[in-house]
Amino acid sequence: MIVAEQKSLAEIDQLVRNAKKLLIVGCRECVTVCMAGGEKEVGILASALRLKWENEGHKTEIVTAMLQRQCEPEYVAELEKQLDGVDCILSTACGVGVQYVAEKYPIWTVPALNTKFAGGALEQGVWTEKCGLCGECVLHLTGGICPIIRCSKSLLNGPCGGSHDGKCEVSAETDCAWALIYDRLKKMDRLDLMLELQPVKDWAKSRDGGPRKVVREDVRL
Amino acid sequence: MSVAEPKAPVAEKASGAAAPKEGAPKKAESPFRTDSKLERLFAQGEFVVTAEIGPPKSASSKGIRENAKILKDATDGQNLTDNQTAIVRLSSIAAAVHVLAEGGNPVMQMTVRDRNRIALQSDLLGAYSLGIRNTLCLSGDHQSFGNHPTSKNVYDIDSIQLLQTVKGLRDDKKFLCGEDCKINPKFYIGAAANPFGDPFEFRVLRLEKKIKAGADFIQTQAIFDLERFERFMAMARERGLHKKVNIMAGIIPVKSAKAMEYMKTVPGMIVPDEMIARIKGAADQASAGVDLAVEMIQRMRQIEGVRGVHLMAVGWEEKVPEIVEKAGLLPRPKVKE
Repeated sequence: MIVAEQKSLAEIDQLVRNAKKLLIVGCRECVTVCMAGGEKEVGILASALRLKWENEGHKTEIVTAMLQRQCEPEYVAELEKQLDGVDCILSTACGVGVQYVAEKYPIWTVPALNTKFAGGALEQGVWTEKCGLCGECVLHLTGGICPIIRCSKSLLNGPCGGSHDGKCEVSAETDCAWALIYDRLKKMDRLDLMLELQPVKDWAKSRDGGPRKVVREDVRL
Repeated sequence: MSVAEPKAPVAEKASGAAAPKEGAPKKAESPFRTDSKLERLFAQGEFVVTAEIGPPKSASSKGIRENAKILKDATDGQNLTDNQTAIVRLSSIAAAVHVLAEGGNPVMQMTVRDRNRIALQSDLLGAYSLGIRNTLCLSGDHQSFGNHPTSKNVYDIDSIQLLQTVKGLRDDKKFLCGEDCKINPKFYIGAAANPFGDPFEFRVLRLEKKIKAGADFIQTQAIFDLERFERFMAMARERGLHKKVNIMAGIIPVKSAKAMEYMKTVPGMIVPDEMIARIKGAADQASAGVDLAVEMIQRMRQIEGVRGVHLMAVGWEEKVPEIVEKAGLLPRPKVKE
Protein backbone atom coordinates (compact mmCIF):
# COMPACT_ATOMS: atom_id res chain seq x y z
CA MET A 1 0.00 0.00 0.00
CA ILE A 2 0.88 3.68 -0.11
CA VAL A 3 2.25 4.84 3.21
CA ALA A 4 1.84 8.48 4.16
CA GLU A 5 2.40 10.69 7.17
CA GLN A 6 0.52 13.78 8.25
CA LYS A 7 2.20 17.16 7.91
CA SER A 8 2.58 19.16 11.12
CA LEU A 9 -0.43 21.07 12.35
CA ALA A 10 1.54 24.31 12.02
CA GLU A 11 2.24 23.62 8.33
CA ILE A 12 -1.34 22.59 7.61
CA ASP A 13 -2.56 25.73 9.38
CA GLN A 14 -0.49 27.88 7.03
CA LEU A 15 -1.78 26.00 3.98
CA VAL A 16 -5.47 26.52 4.77
CA ARG A 17 -5.65 29.54 7.04
CA ASN A 18 -6.92 31.96 4.40
CA ALA A 19 -9.99 29.86 3.61
CA LYS A 20 -13.46 31.01 4.60
CA LYS A 21 -14.89 27.51 4.47
CA LEU A 22 -12.55 24.53 4.55
CA LEU A 23 -13.49 20.99 3.55
CA ILE A 24 -11.27 18.24 4.94
CA VAL A 25 -11.62 15.09 2.84
CA GLY A 26 -10.39 11.69 4.02
CA CYS A 27 -9.85 8.43 2.16
CA ARG A 28 -10.80 4.94 3.30
CA GLU A 29 -7.99 3.09 1.52
CA CYS A 30 -4.23 3.02 2.20
CA VAL A 31 -4.12 6.14 4.36
CA THR A 32 -6.78 4.68 6.62
CA VAL A 33 -4.71 1.53 7.06
CA CYS A 34 -1.55 3.49 7.81
CA MET A 35 -3.48 5.75 10.15
CA ALA A 36 -2.62 8.99 8.40
CA GLY A 37 -5.78 10.14 6.63
CA GLY A 38 -8.77 7.96 7.49
CA GLU A 39 -12.01 8.96 9.20
CA LYS A 40 -10.42 9.06 12.63
CA GLU A 41 -7.52 11.23 11.51
CA VAL A 42 -9.83 13.62 9.63
CA GLY A 43 -11.87 14.06 12.83
CA ILE A 44 -8.80 14.69 14.96
CA LEU A 45 -7.34 17.12 12.44
CA ALA A 46 -10.60 19.07 12.21
CA SER A 47 -10.80 19.31 16.02
CA ALA A 48 -7.20 20.38 16.34
CA LEU A 49 -7.62 23.16 13.77
CA ARG A 50 -10.90 24.32 15.33
CA LEU A 51 -9.31 24.46 18.76
CA LYS A 52 -6.24 26.31 17.53
CA TRP A 53 -8.26 28.84 15.60
CA GLU A 54 -10.73 29.37 18.44
CA ASN A 55 -7.85 30.19 20.77
CA GLU A 56 -6.43 32.60 18.21
CA GLY A 57 -9.78 34.20 17.41
CA HIS A 58 -9.39 33.10 13.81
CA LYS A 59 -12.56 32.34 11.87
CA THR A 60 -12.58 29.61 9.23
CA GLU A 61 -15.51 27.25 9.04
CA ILE A 62 -14.54 23.57 8.85
CA VAL A 63 -16.60 20.75 7.36
CA THR A 64 -15.45 17.17 6.74
CA ALA A 65 -16.18 14.34 4.31
CA MET A 66 -14.96 10.80 3.63
CA LEU A 67 -14.47 9.14 0.25
CA GLN A 68 -14.07 5.42 -0.29
CA ARG A 69 -11.17 6.04 -2.63
CA GLN A 70 -9.80 9.43 -3.70
CA CYS A 71 -7.83 7.92 -6.57
CA GLU A 72 -10.93 7.08 -8.63
CA PRO A 73 -13.07 9.70 -10.42
CA GLU A 74 -16.41 7.99 -9.59
CA TYR A 75 -15.78 8.32 -5.88
CA VAL A 76 -14.39 11.85 -6.15
CA ALA A 77 -17.60 12.89 -7.95
CA GLU A 78 -19.49 12.15 -4.71
CA LEU A 79 -17.98 15.29 -3.18
CA GLU A 80 -20.09 17.50 -5.45
CA LYS A 81 -22.98 17.83 -2.98
CA GLN A 82 -20.74 18.87 -0.09
CA LEU A 83 -19.00 21.78 -1.75
CA ASP A 84 -21.46 24.56 -1.06
CA GLY A 85 -19.47 27.65 -0.06
CA VAL A 86 -16.22 25.67 0.20
CA ASP A 87 -13.21 27.70 -1.00
CA CYS A 88 -10.46 25.32 0.08
CA ILE A 89 -10.18 21.52 0.17
CA LEU A 90 -7.67 19.83 2.44
CA SER A 91 -7.17 16.26 1.29
CA THR A 92 -5.83 13.64 3.69
CA ALA A 93 -5.29 11.17 0.84
CA CYS A 94 -1.95 10.30 -0.72
CA GLY A 95 -0.60 12.52 -3.50
CA VAL A 96 -2.66 10.59 -6.02
CA GLY A 97 -5.92 11.37 -4.24
CA VAL A 98 -5.07 15.06 -3.86
CA GLN A 99 -4.56 15.29 -7.61
CA TYR A 100 -7.83 13.60 -8.48
CA VAL A 101 -9.71 16.03 -6.25
CA ALA A 102 -7.81 19.04 -7.61
CA GLU A 103 -8.43 17.98 -11.20
CA LYS A 104 -12.15 17.52 -10.63
CA TYR A 105 -13.04 20.81 -8.90
CA PRO A 106 -12.06 24.44 -9.50
CA ILE A 107 -11.36 24.84 -5.78
CA TRP A 108 -7.94 25.40 -4.18
CA THR A 109 -6.89 21.91 -2.98
CA VAL A 110 -3.94 21.21 -0.70
CA PRO A 111 -2.34 18.09 0.80
CA ALA A 112 -2.53 17.31 4.51
CA LEU A 113 -0.06 14.43 4.18
CA ASN A 114 3.42 13.76 2.93
CA THR A 115 3.20 10.66 0.75
CA LYS A 116 6.17 8.51 1.72
CA PHE A 117 6.43 5.19 -0.09
CA ALA A 118 5.00 1.87 -1.21
CA GLY A 119 5.38 -0.42 1.74
CA GLY A 120 3.71 -2.05 4.67
CA ALA A 121 3.59 -2.33 8.43
CA LEU A 122 6.52 -3.76 10.33
CA GLU A 123 4.70 -3.61 13.63
CA GLN A 124 1.95 -1.44 15.13
CA GLY A 125 2.93 2.15 14.38
CA VAL A 126 5.94 1.31 12.20
CA TRP A 127 5.83 1.16 8.41
CA THR A 128 8.63 0.33 6.05
CA GLU A 129 9.38 0.81 2.37
CA LYS A 130 9.29 -2.34 0.28
CA CYS A 131 8.89 -1.54 -3.41
CA GLY A 132 10.79 0.95 -5.58
CA LEU A 133 8.04 1.02 -8.25
CA CYS A 134 10.84 0.71 -10.82
CA GLY A 135 8.66 -0.77 -13.53
CA GLU A 136 10.66 -3.97 -14.02
CA CYS A 137 10.60 -6.31 -11.07
CA VAL A 138 13.81 -8.12 -10.12
CA LEU A 139 12.55 -9.94 -7.02
CA HIS A 140 13.04 -13.32 -8.73
CA LEU A 141 16.79 -12.59 -8.76
CA THR A 142 17.05 -11.46 -5.19
CA GLY A 143 15.11 -13.92 -3.10
CA GLY A 144 12.09 -11.64 -2.85
CA ILE A 145 13.97 -8.67 -1.34
CA CYS A 146 13.96 -5.44 -3.36
CA PRO A 147 17.47 -4.01 -3.86
CA ILE A 148 16.16 -1.05 -5.83
CA ILE A 149 14.56 0.57 -2.83
CA ARG A 150 15.88 -1.33 0.18
CA CYS A 151 19.56 -0.83 -0.76
CA SER A 152 20.49 2.82 -0.17
CA LYS A 153 22.44 2.78 -3.43
CA SER A 154 19.98 0.68 -5.49
CA LEU A 155 22.82 -1.71 -6.30
CA LEU A 156 22.06 -4.62 -8.59
CA ASN A 157 25.39 -6.24 -7.73
CA GLY A 158 25.63 -5.75 -4.00
CA PRO A 159 26.54 -5.51 -1.22
CA CYS A 160 28.89 -2.53 -1.25
CA GLY A 161 31.81 -2.25 1.16
CA GLY A 162 29.68 -0.43 3.70
CA SER A 163 27.66 -3.48 4.73
CA HIS A 164 28.46 -4.15 8.35
CA ASP A 165 26.97 -6.79 10.64
CA GLY A 166 23.92 -6.96 8.39
CA LYS A 167 23.39 -3.20 8.59
CA CYS A 168 23.63 -0.45 5.99
CA GLU A 169 26.42 2.14 6.12
CA VAL A 170 23.78 4.86 6.09
CA SER A 171 22.23 3.88 9.42
CA ALA A 172 22.76 1.20 12.03
CA GLU A 173 18.97 0.92 12.16
CA THR A 174 18.65 0.01 8.50
CA ASP A 175 19.15 -3.56 7.38
CA CYS A 176 21.56 -4.03 4.49
CA ALA A 177 19.26 -5.32 1.76
CA TRP A 178 22.12 -7.25 0.17
CA ALA A 179 22.99 -8.93 3.46
CA LEU A 180 19.33 -10.02 3.65
CA ILE A 181 19.48 -11.19 0.04
CA TYR A 182 22.69 -13.13 0.71
CA ASP A 183 21.24 -14.87 3.77
CA ARG A 184 18.03 -15.72 1.96
CA LEU A 185 19.72 -17.04 -1.20
CA LYS A 186 22.15 -19.06 0.88
CA LYS A 187 19.29 -20.61 2.84
CA MET A 188 17.45 -21.38 -0.40
CA ASP A 189 20.63 -22.78 -1.99
CA ARG A 190 20.45 -20.18 -4.77
CA LEU A 191 23.69 -18.24 -4.19
CA ASP A 192 24.44 -18.82 -7.87
CA LEU A 193 22.10 -15.89 -8.55
CA MET A 194 24.38 -13.55 -6.66
CA LEU A 195 27.44 -14.63 -8.62
CA GLU A 196 25.93 -13.55 -11.92
CA LEU A 197 26.83 -10.08 -13.18
CA GLN A 198 23.53 -8.26 -13.31
CA PRO A 199 23.43 -5.93 -16.30
CA VAL A 200 22.63 -2.23 -16.13
CA LYS A 201 19.01 -1.48 -15.45
CA ASP A 202 16.56 0.04 -17.90
CA TRP A 203 15.51 3.04 -15.87
CA ALA A 204 13.33 4.21 -18.75
CA LYS A 205 10.79 1.78 -17.35
CA SER A 206 10.97 3.71 -14.10
CA ARG A 207 10.15 7.40 -13.65
CA ASP A 208 13.25 8.32 -15.64
CA GLY A 209 11.33 7.52 -18.82
CA GLY A 210 8.87 10.31 -17.96
CA PRO A 211 5.41 9.94 -16.42
CA ARG A 212 4.25 6.38 -16.98
CA LYS A 213 1.01 4.89 -18.17
CA VAL A 214 -0.27 1.32 -18.20
CA VAL A 215 -2.62 0.59 -21.09
CA ARG A 216 -4.59 -2.67 -21.13
CA GLU A 217 -6.32 -2.99 -24.49
CA ASP A 218 -8.09 -6.14 -23.35
CA VAL A 219 -10.01 -4.33 -20.65
CA ARG A 220 -10.59 -0.97 -22.32
CA LEU A 221 -14.16 0.01 -23.12
CA MET B 1 48.42 29.55 -10.90
CA SER B 2 49.42 28.18 -14.26
CA VAL B 3 48.38 24.74 -15.33
CA ALA B 4 51.07 23.00 -17.31
CA GLU B 5 49.99 21.01 -20.30
CA PRO B 6 49.66 17.34 -19.49
CA LYS B 7 51.88 14.94 -21.33
CA ALA B 8 50.54 14.16 -24.74
CA PRO B 9 48.55 10.95 -24.52
CA VAL B 10 50.42 8.24 -26.35
CA ALA B 11 47.45 6.14 -27.40
CA GLU B 12 45.63 8.96 -29.04
CA LYS B 13 48.61 9.71 -31.22
CA ALA B 14 48.77 6.07 -32.20
CA SER B 15 45.09 5.85 -33.02
CA GLY B 16 45.35 8.99 -35.11
CA ALA B 17 48.08 7.41 -37.25
CA ALA B 18 47.29 6.00 -40.67
CA ALA B 19 46.07 2.43 -40.64
CA PRO B 20 48.61 -0.10 -41.95
CA LYS B 21 48.10 -0.88 -45.61
CA GLU B 22 46.65 -4.22 -46.49
CA GLY B 23 49.32 -6.76 -47.13
CA ALA B 24 51.87 -4.78 -45.12
CA PRO B 25 53.65 -6.84 -42.48
CA LYS B 26 51.76 -6.65 -39.22
CA LYS B 27 53.47 -5.12 -36.23
CA ALA B 28 53.94 -7.45 -33.29
CA GLU B 29 50.96 -7.05 -30.98
CA SER B 30 51.70 -5.37 -27.68
CA PRO B 31 51.27 -7.70 -24.74
CA PHE B 32 49.74 -4.73 -22.90
CA ARG B 33 46.16 -3.58 -23.03
CA THR B 34 46.92 -0.05 -21.96
CA ASP B 35 49.67 2.57 -21.78
CA SER B 36 49.56 2.42 -18.02
CA LYS B 37 52.80 2.33 -16.14
CA LEU B 38 51.06 0.25 -13.47
CA GLU B 39 50.23 -2.50 -15.95
CA ARG B 40 53.88 -2.70 -17.00
CA LEU B 41 55.24 -2.69 -13.45
CA PHE B 42 52.91 -5.54 -12.45
CA ALA B 43 53.98 -7.42 -15.58
CA GLN B 44 57.62 -6.97 -14.53
CA GLY B 45 56.74 -8.59 -11.22
CA GLU B 46 57.39 -5.48 -9.18
CA PHE B 47 55.78 -4.93 -5.78
CA VAL B 48 53.78 -1.85 -6.77
CA VAL B 49 53.19 1.12 -4.48
CA THR B 50 50.41 3.66 -4.89
CA ALA B 51 49.30 6.48 -2.63
CA GLU B 52 46.22 8.58 -2.23
CA ILE B 53 45.88 12.33 -2.65
CA GLY B 54 42.70 13.95 -1.39
CA PRO B 55 41.74 16.96 -3.52
CA PRO B 56 40.87 20.11 -1.52
CA LYS B 57 37.52 21.71 -0.73
CA SER B 58 38.60 24.64 -2.82
CA ALA B 59 39.55 25.70 -6.33
CA SER B 60 43.26 25.63 -5.48
CA SER B 61 45.67 23.23 -7.15
CA LYS B 62 48.46 24.05 -4.69
CA GLY B 63 48.10 21.13 -2.29
CA ILE B 64 47.60 18.60 -5.07
CA ARG B 65 50.70 19.86 -6.89
CA GLU B 66 52.77 19.75 -3.71
CA ASN B 67 51.60 16.25 -2.87
CA ALA B 68 52.19 15.11 -6.42
CA LYS B 69 55.78 16.38 -6.18
CA ILE B 70 56.26 14.51 -2.90
CA LEU B 71 54.74 11.27 -4.19
CA LYS B 72 55.75 11.02 -7.82
CA ASP B 73 59.13 9.38 -7.21
CA ALA B 74 58.20 7.57 -4.00
CA THR B 75 55.20 5.79 -5.51
CA ASP B 76 54.16 4.32 -8.86
CA GLY B 77 50.69 5.77 -9.01
CA GLN B 78 48.73 8.45 -7.22
CA ASN B 79 45.01 8.02 -6.56
CA LEU B 80 42.80 11.08 -6.73
CA THR B 81 39.66 10.61 -4.73
CA ASP B 82 36.25 11.49 -6.14
CA ASN B 83 34.38 13.69 -3.66
CA GLN B 84 35.39 11.36 -0.87
CA THR B 85 32.85 10.83 1.92
CA ALA B 86 30.43 12.75 -0.30
CA ILE B 87 32.06 16.08 0.49
CA VAL B 88 32.36 18.47 -2.44
CA ARG B 89 35.97 18.70 -3.50
CA LEU B 90 37.97 19.60 -6.57
CA SER B 91 37.13 16.96 -9.17
CA SER B 92 39.23 13.84 -9.52
CA ILE B 93 39.74 14.49 -13.25
CA ALA B 94 41.10 17.98 -12.69
CA ALA B 95 43.23 16.75 -9.79
CA ALA B 96 44.60 13.97 -11.98
CA VAL B 97 45.60 16.51 -14.63
CA HIS B 98 47.54 18.46 -11.98
CA VAL B 99 49.32 15.25 -11.01
CA LEU B 100 50.17 14.58 -14.66
CA ALA B 101 51.57 18.07 -14.97
CA GLU B 102 53.92 17.34 -12.07
CA GLY B 103 55.09 14.16 -13.76
CA GLY B 104 53.03 11.73 -11.71
CA ASN B 105 50.91 8.78 -12.77
CA PRO B 106 47.35 9.49 -11.67
CA VAL B 107 44.74 6.90 -10.79
CA MET B 108 41.46 8.71 -11.26
CA GLN B 109 38.82 7.46 -8.83
CA MET B 110 35.26 7.42 -10.12
CA THR B 111 32.18 6.81 -8.06
CA VAL B 112 28.75 6.04 -9.47
CA ARG B 113 27.05 8.17 -6.84
CA ASP B 114 27.01 11.51 -8.65
CA ARG B 115 26.99 10.70 -12.35
CA ASN B 116 24.75 8.65 -14.60
CA ARG B 117 26.02 6.45 -17.45
CA ILE B 118 26.05 9.42 -19.83
CA ALA B 119 28.22 11.58 -17.58
CA LEU B 120 30.51 8.70 -16.53
CA GLN B 121 31.29 7.71 -20.10
CA SER B 122 31.71 11.32 -21.13
CA ASP B 123 34.20 11.85 -18.30
CA LEU B 124 36.07 8.66 -19.23
CA LEU B 125 36.53 10.03 -22.75
CA GLY B 126 37.58 13.43 -21.42
CA ALA B 127 39.95 12.02 -18.83
CA TYR B 128 41.66 9.79 -21.37
CA SER B 129 42.03 12.67 -23.80
CA LEU B 130 43.80 14.59 -21.02
CA GLY B 131 46.34 11.79 -20.58
CA ILE B 132 44.90 9.90 -17.61
CA ARG B 133 45.53 6.15 -17.94
CA ASN B 134 44.27 4.52 -14.74
CA THR B 135 40.90 4.57 -13.10
CA LEU B 136 39.41 3.08 -9.94
CA CYS B 137 35.70 2.24 -10.10
CA LEU B 138 33.76 2.70 -6.88
CA SER B 139 30.22 2.81 -5.50
CA GLY B 140 31.04 5.91 -3.45
CA ASP B 141 30.07 6.78 0.09
CA HIS B 142 26.39 7.58 0.48
CA GLN B 143 25.67 11.31 0.28
CA SER B 144 24.18 11.27 3.78
CA PHE B 145 27.78 11.22 5.11
CA GLY B 146 28.81 14.36 3.30
CA ASN B 147 28.22 18.07 3.35
CA HIS B 148 25.17 17.96 1.06
CA PRO B 149 23.07 15.28 2.75
CA THR B 150 19.86 16.58 1.15
CA SER B 151 21.15 15.90 -2.37
CA LYS B 152 19.73 13.33 -4.76
CA ASN B 153 22.00 10.41 -5.51
CA VAL B 154 22.32 8.83 -8.92
CA TYR B 155 23.37 5.17 -8.80
CA ASP B 156 22.20 4.70 -12.37
CA ILE B 157 24.78 1.91 -12.61
CA ASP B 158 26.74 0.21 -9.84
CA SER B 159 30.50 -0.12 -9.42
CA ILE B 160 30.59 -3.56 -11.05
CA GLN B 161 28.65 -2.24 -14.03
CA LEU B 162 31.09 0.70 -14.22
CA LEU B 163 33.94 -1.83 -14.48
CA GLN B 164 32.07 -3.47 -17.37
CA THR B 165 31.59 -0.07 -18.96
CA VAL B 166 35.27 0.89 -18.81
CA LYS B 167 36.28 -2.54 -20.09
CA GLY B 168 33.68 -2.44 -22.87
CA LEU B 169 35.05 0.88 -24.06
CA ARG B 170 38.61 -0.43 -23.94
CA ASP B 171 38.34 -3.98 -25.25
CA ASP B 172 35.21 -3.90 -27.41
CA LYS B 173 35.32 -0.21 -28.42
CA LYS B 174 31.67 0.00 -27.45
CA PHE B 175 29.67 2.40 -25.37
CA LEU B 176 27.30 0.90 -22.84
CA CYS B 177 24.44 1.37 -25.31
CA GLY B 178 26.26 -0.80 -27.85
CA GLU B 179 27.32 2.01 -30.18
CA ASP B 180 30.89 2.05 -31.45
CA CYS B 181 33.53 4.26 -29.88
CA LYS B 182 36.10 4.57 -32.63
CA ILE B 183 38.88 6.31 -30.74
CA ASN B 184 38.38 4.57 -27.46
CA PRO B 185 39.78 5.21 -23.99
CA LYS B 186 42.08 2.41 -22.83
CA PHE B 187 42.20 2.58 -19.08
CA TYR B 188 43.99 0.28 -16.70
CA ILE B 189 41.02 -0.69 -14.59
CA GLY B 190 40.96 -0.74 -10.81
CA ALA B 191 38.34 -1.83 -8.32
CA ALA B 192 38.05 -1.77 -4.57
CA ALA B 193 37.62 -4.79 -2.34
CA ASN B 194 36.67 -4.68 1.29
CA PRO B 195 37.68 -7.81 3.22
CA PHE B 196 36.20 -6.17 6.31
CA GLY B 197 32.71 -5.68 4.94
CA ASP B 198 30.01 -8.24 5.53
CA PRO B 199 28.91 -10.88 4.75
CA PHE B 200 32.56 -11.94 4.99
CA GLU B 201 32.15 -15.19 3.02
CA PHE B 202 30.74 -13.22 0.09
CA ARG B 203 33.64 -10.76 -0.09
CA VAL B 204 35.86 -13.07 -2.11
CA LEU B 205 32.97 -13.98 -4.41
CA ARG B 206 32.38 -10.26 -4.94
CA LEU B 207 36.06 -9.85 -5.76
CA GLU B 208 35.61 -12.59 -8.35
CA LYS B 209 32.63 -10.74 -9.81
CA LYS B 210 34.75 -7.60 -10.11
CA ILE B 211 37.45 -9.54 -11.94
CA LYS B 212 34.85 -10.96 -14.32
CA ALA B 213 33.51 -7.46 -14.84
CA GLY B 214 36.93 -6.16 -15.88
CA ALA B 215 39.14 -5.30 -12.91
CA ASP B 216 42.89 -5.45 -13.66
CA PHE B 217 43.95 -4.37 -10.20
CA ILE B 218 42.40 -4.17 -6.77
CA GLN B 219 43.02 -1.71 -3.98
CA THR B 220 41.62 -3.01 -0.72
CA GLN B 221 40.02 -1.17 2.17
CA ALA B 222 42.55 -0.20 4.84
CA ILE B 223 43.84 -3.26 6.65
CA PHE B 224 44.32 -3.32 10.40
CA ASP B 225 42.85 -6.76 11.10
CA LEU B 226 45.63 -8.93 9.68
CA GLU B 227 44.06 -12.21 10.66
CA ARG B 228 40.88 -11.45 8.73
CA PHE B 229 42.85 -10.17 5.73
CA GLU B 230 44.93 -13.35 5.64
CA ARG B 231 41.75 -15.43 5.70
CA PHE B 232 40.41 -13.31 2.84
CA MET B 233 43.61 -13.85 0.83
CA ALA B 234 43.56 -17.59 1.53
CA MET B 235 40.02 -17.76 0.15
CA ALA B 236 41.06 -15.67 -2.85
CA ARG B 237 44.00 -18.01 -3.52
CA GLU B 238 41.73 -21.05 -3.22
CA ARG B 239 39.74 -19.67 -6.13
CA GLY B 240 42.91 -18.69 -8.03
CA LEU B 241 41.94 -15.02 -7.97
CA HIS B 242 45.42 -13.80 -7.02
CA LYS B 243 46.59 -14.93 -10.45
CA LYS B 244 43.78 -13.18 -12.29
CA VAL B 245 44.08 -9.75 -10.74
CA ASN B 246 46.78 -7.64 -9.09
CA ILE B 247 45.78 -7.20 -5.48
CA MET B 248 47.15 -4.18 -3.64
CA ALA B 249 46.73 -4.09 0.12
CA GLY B 250 45.30 -0.86 1.51
CA ILE B 251 47.22 0.74 4.36
CA ILE B 252 46.44 3.86 6.34
CA PRO B 253 49.42 5.32 8.19
CA VAL B 254 47.89 6.57 11.44
CA LYS B 255 48.89 9.76 13.21
CA SER B 256 47.28 8.95 16.54
CA ALA B 257 45.23 6.47 18.56
CA LYS B 258 42.36 8.95 18.35
CA ALA B 259 42.34 8.66 14.57
CA MET B 260 42.15 4.87 14.94
CA GLU B 261 39.26 5.16 17.39
CA TYR B 262 37.41 7.16 14.76
CA MET B 263 38.18 4.67 11.98
CA LYS B 264 36.81 1.92 14.16
CA THR B 265 33.38 3.57 13.94
CA VAL B 266 33.39 3.72 10.12
CA PRO B 267 31.11 1.02 8.64
CA GLY B 268 33.19 -1.56 6.80
CA MET B 269 36.38 -0.97 8.82
CA ILE B 270 37.82 -3.15 11.55
CA VAL B 271 40.53 -1.79 13.85
CA PRO B 272 41.61 -4.24 16.57
CA ASP B 273 41.77 -2.77 20.08
CA GLU B 274 45.27 -4.13 20.72
CA MET B 275 46.54 -2.16 17.75
CA ILE B 276 44.96 1.03 19.10
CA ALA B 277 46.48 0.28 22.52
CA ARG B 278 49.90 -0.07 20.92
CA ILE B 279 49.73 3.42 19.40
CA LYS B 280 48.13 4.86 22.53
CA GLY B 281 50.97 3.53 24.65
CA ALA B 282 53.69 5.05 22.47
CA ALA B 283 55.59 8.15 23.63
CA ASP B 284 55.41 9.54 20.10
CA GLN B 285 52.17 8.34 18.54
CA ALA B 286 52.89 9.71 15.06
CA SER B 287 56.23 7.98 14.90
CA ALA B 288 54.67 4.76 16.19
CA GLY B 289 52.09 5.16 13.40
CA VAL B 290 54.86 5.32 10.81
CA ASP B 291 56.47 2.21 12.28
CA LEU B 292 53.15 0.40 12.22
CA ALA B 293 52.62 1.28 8.55
CA VAL B 294 56.12 0.04 7.70
CA GLU B 295 55.49 -3.19 9.60
CA MET B 296 52.15 -3.66 7.82
CA ILE B 297 53.82 -3.22 4.41
CA GLN B 298 56.41 -5.82 5.34
CA ARG B 299 53.68 -8.21 6.47
CA MET B 300 51.83 -7.67 3.20
CA ARG B 301 54.92 -8.56 1.20
CA GLN B 302 54.90 -11.95 2.88
CA ILE B 303 51.35 -12.78 1.85
CA GLU B 304 51.11 -14.79 -1.35
CA GLY B 305 49.03 -12.97 -3.92
CA VAL B 306 49.54 -9.46 -2.58
CA ARG B 307 51.17 -7.62 -5.46
CA GLY B 308 51.53 -4.19 -3.93
CA VAL B 309 50.34 -1.69 -1.38
CA HIS B 310 48.09 1.33 -1.56
CA LEU B 311 48.88 3.98 1.05
CA MET B 312 46.06 6.23 2.17
CA ALA B 313 47.82 8.90 4.20
CA VAL B 314 45.09 11.50 3.89
CA GLY B 315 46.43 14.83 5.09
CA TRP B 316 49.76 13.18 5.87
CA GLU B 317 51.06 12.61 2.35
CA GLU B 318 54.48 14.01 3.26
CA LYS B 319 55.15 10.94 5.38
CA VAL B 320 54.71 8.51 2.49
CA PRO B 321 58.27 8.69 1.08
CA GLU B 322 59.68 7.99 4.56
CA ILE B 323 57.35 5.01 5.01
CA VAL B 324 58.15 3.60 1.57
CA GLU B 325 61.86 4.05 2.22
CA LYS B 326 61.73 2.42 5.66
CA ALA B 327 59.83 -0.49 4.10
CA GLY B 328 62.81 -0.97 1.77
CA LEU B 329 60.84 -0.08 -1.33
CA LEU B 330 62.91 2.85 -2.60
CA PRO B 331 63.96 3.65 -5.20
CA ARG B 332 60.86 2.76 -7.19
CA PRO B 333 61.48 0.55 -10.21
CA LYS B 334 61.52 1.87 -13.74
CA VAL B 335 59.50 0.46 -16.61
CA LYS B 336 61.79 -1.76 -18.64
CA GLU B 337 61.99 -1.09 -22.34
